[in-house]
Amino acid sequence: MNLWQQYLRPRSLTEALQVLHSAPSPVRVIAGGTDLMLDLKQGRLPPVHTLVDLTGISEMNVIEIRGKELFIGAATPLSQIATSPLVEEHARALTEACGLIAGPQVRNVATLGGNVAHALPAADGTIALTALGTQALIVDLNGRRRLPLAELFLGPGETALKVGQELLEGFYLPLCSTGQASAFNRVMRVQGIALPILNLAIWLERKNGNISQIHISAGPSGPTPRRFPKTEEALCRQPFTSEFCERALVIMLDEVHFRASPHRASSEYRQHLAAVLLQDTLKTVWQRAR
Amino acid sequence: MAQKISLNVNDKHYELACLPGETLAELLRNRLNLTGTKIGCGEAECGSCTVVIDGQAVMSCVYPAERADGKRVTTIEGLIGPDGALHPLQDAFIKHGAVQCGFCIPGQIMTAYALLEHNPDPSQAEIRSALKDTLCRCAGYPSIENAIREAASSLRTGEPIKGASVPDSESVSQVIGRTTIRPDAKSKVTGSAIYTDDLKFEKMLYAAVRRAEVPHAILREVDFDAALSVPGVVAVLTAKDVPGDKNHGLVIFDWPTMIGIGERIRYVGDALAIIAAETQEAALEAATRIEVRFDELPVVNDPVQARQPDAPILHENGNLLKHIKVRKGDMEQGFREAEVILEHTFHTPQMDHAFLEPECSIAVPLADGRMEIYVGSQIPYSDRSQVATALGWPEERVHVVGQLMGGGFGGKEDIAGQIHAALLANATGKPVKLLYNRRESLIAHPKRHATQIRVKIGAKRDGRMMAVETELYGDTGAYASLGEKVMTRATTHSAGPYEVEHVRADCYAMYTNNPPAGAFRGFGVLQSAFAVESMMDMLAVELSLDPVDLRRMNALHVGSITNTGQKLWESVGLLDCINRVDAEMRKYCSTPFSARRVNGEGGRVRAWGFAAAYKNTGLGGGAPDKSGAEVQLYPDGSLEVRTSAAELGQGLVTVLRMIVAEEFNLPPERVRVLVMDTDLTPDGGPTTASRQTYVTGNAARLAAQSLRQAVTSFLTEKHDVAPERIRFIEGLVQVDGQLDNLGEVASEMQAAGILPRALYEYSAPRTMPLGEGGDMHFAFSFAAQAAEVEVNTDTGEVRVLRVISANDVGRAINPLGLRGQVEGGIMMGLGNTITEHFIVENGRVITDRLARYRIPSIMHMPEITPIIVEHPTRDGPYGAKGVGEVVCIPTPAAISNAIFNAVGIRIDSLPIDQEQIARELSSRLPQTGERI
Repeated sequence: MNLWQQYLRPRSLTEALQVLHSAPSPVRVIAGGTDLMLDLKQGRLPPVHTLVDLTGISEMNVIEIRGKELFIGAATPLSQIATSPLVEEHARALTEACGLIAGPQVRNVATLGGNVAHALPAADGTIALTALGTQALIVDLNGRRRLPLAELFLGPGETALKVGQELLEGFYLPLCSTGQASAFNRVMRVQGIALPILNLAIWLERKNGNISQIHISAGPSGPTPRRFPKTEEALCRQPFTSEFCERALVIMLDEVHFRASPHRASSEYRQHLAAVLLQDTLKTVWQRAR
Repeated sequence: MAQKISLNVNDKHYELACLPGETLAELLRNRLNLTGTKIGCGEAECGSCTVVIDGQAVMSCVYPAERADGKRVTTIEGLIGPDGALHPLQDAFIKHGAVQCGFCIPGQIMTAYALLEHNPDPSQAEIRSALKDTLCRCAGYPSIENAIREAASSLRTGEPIKGASVPDSESVSQVIGRTTIRPDAKSKVTGSAIYTDDLKFEKMLYAAVRRAEVPHAILREVDFDAALSVPGVVAVLTAKDVPGDKNHGLVIFDWPTMIGIGERIRYVGDALAIIAAETQEAALEAATRIEVRFDELPVVNDPVQARQPDAPILHENGNLLKHIKVRKGDMEQGFREAEVILEHTFHTPQMDHAFLEPECSIAVPLADGRMEIYVGSQIPYSDRSQVATALGWPEERVHVVGQLMGGGFGGKEDIAGQIHAALLANATGKPVKLLYNRRESLIAHPKRHATQIRVKIGAKRDGRMMAVETELYGDTGAYASLGEKVMTRATTHSAGPYEVEHVRADCYAMYTNNPPAGAFRGFGVLQSAFAVESMMDMLAVELSLDPVDLRRMNALHVGSITNTGQKLWESVGLLDCINRVDAEMRKYCSTPFSARRVNGEGGRVRAWGFAAAYKNTGLGGGAPDKSGAEVQLYPDGSLEVRTSAAELGQGLVTVLRMIVAEEFNLPPERVRVLVMDTDLTPDGGPTTASRQTYVTGNAARLAAQSLRQAVTSFLTEKHDVAPERIRFIEGLVQVDGQLDNLGEVASEMQAAGILPRALYEYSAPRTMPLGEGGDMHFAFSFAAQAAEVEVNTDTGEVRVLRVISANDVGRAINPLGLRGQVEGGIMMGLGNTITEHFIVENGRVITDRLARYRIPSIMHMPEITPIIVEHPTRDGPYGAKGVGEVVCIPTPAAISNAIFNAVGIRIDSLPIDQEQIARELSSRLPQTGERI
């Protein structure tokens, strides 16, 4: 059985949205396809009739400042994001995450939209975007809407996108002002599946020697990517010290249950790494935010 | 919207129809016949399929062909200049010896090509990060990196490529001992090298296998009506359609070609039915439509369980394949005289060869009733015999035409698809190709034996070893394969390369419901060396001795008697290996075995670890070890050497060419090598046990000498001169001072009715079976290694920074090829220690994708210092003995001993588990979270 019968390459968003409606089903959109192709080849997804390729749509292939925000098109390859000076300036955590996903050949093809649309609990790009206060831009034939990233995820592999109607067009990230910075880090297991044991991203604002605002996300920490408001609250209005970091860690381990994954990590090892990553990353961001 | 794909490939424009579901790799290979682009995994893990699209390196195996519409694609075939000039990258890969099996090389070069397009002067870190996902299992990573650096510099400066500078052998002759380029290197860097899957035949059908996917059951029913109705399906065969013997095997014929109704399924990879169809897709689709019914049975998970009295019985003669015993001296006395006794148990898991070329066989029925089998196989004559036996034919009706192999490492000794393809070709009358996908390869073929090894060691306070007792359990899986031989080697080597008066070893090679285990580089000794060499360091700690001193004191030397009762009368370079590695290591650090914190990074600790090893060359144990080679002189002055010995990337063809060139005193380029063809080449025996340089090397040397003598006696008669007056010089022959062209002599001999050809069947020195004393092996290679590791004490992560490796190879025939074997062996040993974990749970393979079974990438590459030690062995060709295996054997223990020295954690189970390290470290620390 062929993995697909028909392959469409629309040149504009409107055309893409139209073919999503009109093409013979089952229809799936394909961006980089580096995950989707494997899902199809390895039988995790049934063959489809139509694949709609989004990589030729120029509106979705852009990194630019729009007003007070940074816009990244969903079909932008990870390698472009990882090497973009704009992204590095405003969203260093995303630069770091995109530079760590898979290998160079895959990054040349795989897209940020694909990373997010798979809705995995610990995708590197997603975890970074979550800490960066990202809003997803969603488009259908009637117009556009924005959704805070966290609200896009309904469960593992499930998003709030209306299948067959809506597309993820891109992401809006706040620009980085003085005193703000971000970082991403992760720990992999050398053997076995190509997923991080734990990844963690932090964005913070440093004002008058204190942390004035902070966002922390880490994965896998539940069915969907999430932030840790209690931990964030505990760290706010304090300067960065090891002591506060430890206090925050206690709160974080209370706030999140890091579960075990077979052949990857025990729950205890995840908790242990959470401590290491929190302390190291926080220290990095604190220094960057100077 | 496009109904056609319009693309530019290597500066040529193509308009092609869209084919549903096609990847770019398939389009290039199948429709444009650009077979230089290889498919190693089909899951974007290995990088062999890398091509460059609009300047970007991309994996073409997951790239929809239709997306290439309007794009510019460059493949390996596009790098060669219009005048046929090699691209500097291609030239550099050849001259640096970066090419071994060659299967990954197009992907390596294309990845590097894209890098240099954007970054003409990349740093070491940039090269490594660009090549992170382009895997090489021969693991010539250092040579690959050096080749890229020199190519980059050549592209910038226009300087020609010089190549690697590798020291010659200590004693060079005309050809032997000097760096020589592989004869197949150019075809491998240009993409023109043909591997089995690159071949196409008219009306060829594609095969698929319906596998059991349950580990233990009785098969009740196979219903293939639905499969037959899939359009394009031509034949479905089951066990009852096997005309000849139902079982195959290398030593013991216990492996059913297919499981029959009422018969026992013993592992997930067992074949239940085979299908031939007009397309690959149809064959695979049909395989999923076959309905099977079986009664599942309890699973035998490991060899210890298999030996329990209540374990389910898997084979007629029980679960014990073989109880192997080594007895020397008096254990009671040995342990009584010992002042310290230590005992510990170690575990190693199954491991996969993960050669990048998956198994592929093509069977082609001929009009005269014979059958050709195109396959990359380590034992072509055994394939011939096993295929013929399954067909119920005499052996001569089968012709194995060996193909280039994209790696083997022991994993291409057993039958993979050869018999299935032949059965289908016989049934349909058409050529049939059976290509395994990566999952099938990981599930079906024999692995490295998982082991449990208990070592009890007794020593005097001064370090003198008095007694070693070992008990080994080897998991040979569902079928015997070479299990008995492998575990015998594990057992006889289990007391290490040391002189010990009292030795006792017992090994139980057991059947289980896991994938079969067989030959894998190291052949059991990698496992037992991990155990005993870890134990040696534990002993050194117990006795407060330097671990190198401890090994020195006990090392085998000339005059020693091994634990099987063999007196070593020559060629024991172990002490030299130990001393040279030790000296090199102490250049970096005067206290190598003490932990050192890395400055400025609180959580990182470094230390060195040491290990030694030995490994037999040749089959040994009383098995006749023979090889035939034939050498022929042609009227154009060239020579050809022919033998069925296998080239799997290790460089045997270069060695054979050099040997014949040496004997005729002419440049190696004048010698062609033909291998692995059962019609055209004499039987070279199995390519296993590091034996081919020695055994077939000798056959080629003696065949060449015998041909030289024939030429000499022809000229003696013709010119009526004494034979001493005839000399072979630079491809010419000198008779009494007069130079004659060798080719003309060949013509004259032919005209006189003498075929200028000589066949030599060489028999290696006789060996004795285990238990009978005397020489169990005719030669041993020796090795020592030191590894420096860095442990991240926060996360438990381990990096290997440096490896110093000395190997006593007798004589370095081709120093460049030898370097590739050393580097690759270390990387494989490192992979077996750090990255690779073949997981089987309740008989089911969890690591059934390359994404789950991770082999080392260039990112894992330590700085490698190879040291060649040459203690020639009398009967080896020019003194040479085997090297392919011994290079990887000390690595796991060297690394794990280094980890102990760094953080005090004894790793007694492979692979190294970073979580275990982190856990043990944090349990030692005060609860404040303070870090060391």
